[in-house]
Amino acid sequence: MSDNNNSNNKEDKFLAKENEKRTVTGPDGVKFEIDPLNDYFCDQKPEVRDPKNKVVEKFLNWARAESLWVLGFGTGCGSIEIPPLMTPRFDAFRFGVQMRPTPRQSSVIIISGYLAVKTLKRVIRTYEQMQSPRYVLALGSCTINGGMYYDSYNTINRVDYYIPVDVYVAGCMPRPEALLAGFNKLKERIKAGRAEGANEYAEKFDWYKANQKKIIKDWNMPDYNW
Amino acid sequence: MDNIFDDIQKRFEITDIVKQDKNLNFLTCKKELTVSLITHLKNIEGFSHFVLLTAVDWIEDEKFQLTYILNNPDKRIDIGIRTYIDRGTATMDTAHHLWEHVATYQRELKEMFGIDFPGSPRVDEQFILEGWDDIPPYRRDFDTLKYAEETFFPREGRKSNDPAEYMKKKLYPDEEK
Repeated sequence: MSDNNNSNNKEDKFLAKENEKRTVTGPDGVKFEIDPLNDYFCDQKPEVRDPKNKVVEKFLNWARAESLWVLGFGTGCGSIEIPPLMTPRFDAFRFGVQMRPTPRQSSVIIISGYLAVKTLKRVIRTYEQMQSPRYVLALGSCTINGGMYYDSYNTINRVDYYIPVDVYVAGCMPRPEALLAGFNKLKERIKAGRAEGANEYAEKFDWYKANQKKIIKDWNMPDYNW
Repeated sequence: MDNIFDDIQKRFEITDIVKQDKNLNFLTCKKELTVSLITHLKNIEGFSHFVLLTAVDWIEDEKFQLTYILNNPDKRIDIGIRTYIDRGTATMDTAHHLWEHVATYQRELKEMFGIDFPGSPRVDEQFILEGWDDIPPYRRDFDTLKYAEETFFPREGRKSNDPAEYMKKKLYPDEEK
């Protein structure tokens, strides 16, 4: 697609090495050119998912809410709150919450604490690889207004300018009980049909992309890469 | 410890010795002789472990202070070598030939303070910050609050209190002043 600026700009100094155009030799000795940004990634923009049957959707939302699969991904100090959540004391399995190792299987990503610009790049990439519908739980003051890092040179101040957030859990750091309360709140939202973050991301895709590109100065990945 | 100082004081033109602790001393040395002093301490005096290299920005004096901390694992003593370099040129001799991991510290200083170490491996590659295009962020003339406000969409309505004043008011509301 033509709206992917990176693939057109050959002299991109930030282009990652594995994304450069190159010639490779296949196992049968045939040489062919590959352009990873166009060949390996899909750069079609996300689309708004419009459920046709409201009754079925309500049932699906109930099912989604009762089995939240969380991506095992920690961004800051809050990632240390997640292991006790899974142990017998807090036992998040009671609520249908369990950790998954890959974004392809997950429906929830937890932004656990402060988010550096460098990590934000990985978060965006991970978030875009998750299947829709997907939910974002933001922990701690840092994700709300920067917290104690409000004047830092590389910690972002609010997450909802870069990815849509469903539930904020306030605190510095929130305890696992607060995190469980956040999960319950997220369940309520999903059951009520209000957790439409993925659709919001698709609707305001250009706005989110512009905000992301404003601070990630070495944008060396495709615009949309699921 | 003192016999080491007697030996090296004249030879390396050490200007200042701070005895911080029984096992920790800081020496101040000229920029040109610093790497030879570190080599001497490593090879002759047994300071075989390099702990860290760090910098301080003395913007009022137009100087960077570099501190190399070495450790002698046999005698269990630490020694810190301080040196001052000009803030404008901000260039220092590399010491990566003595310990390999010095190169990592020097790469960090290049990125965060803009101090150059010519000849150090990969010193010009980006290290922690990705695509940084402003002045190095640990320099004190970099206004981090202004940068954050211009870049990171601050949320309105944030209030800050001076912690000391706030707690005084909260804990001792009757006291004046």
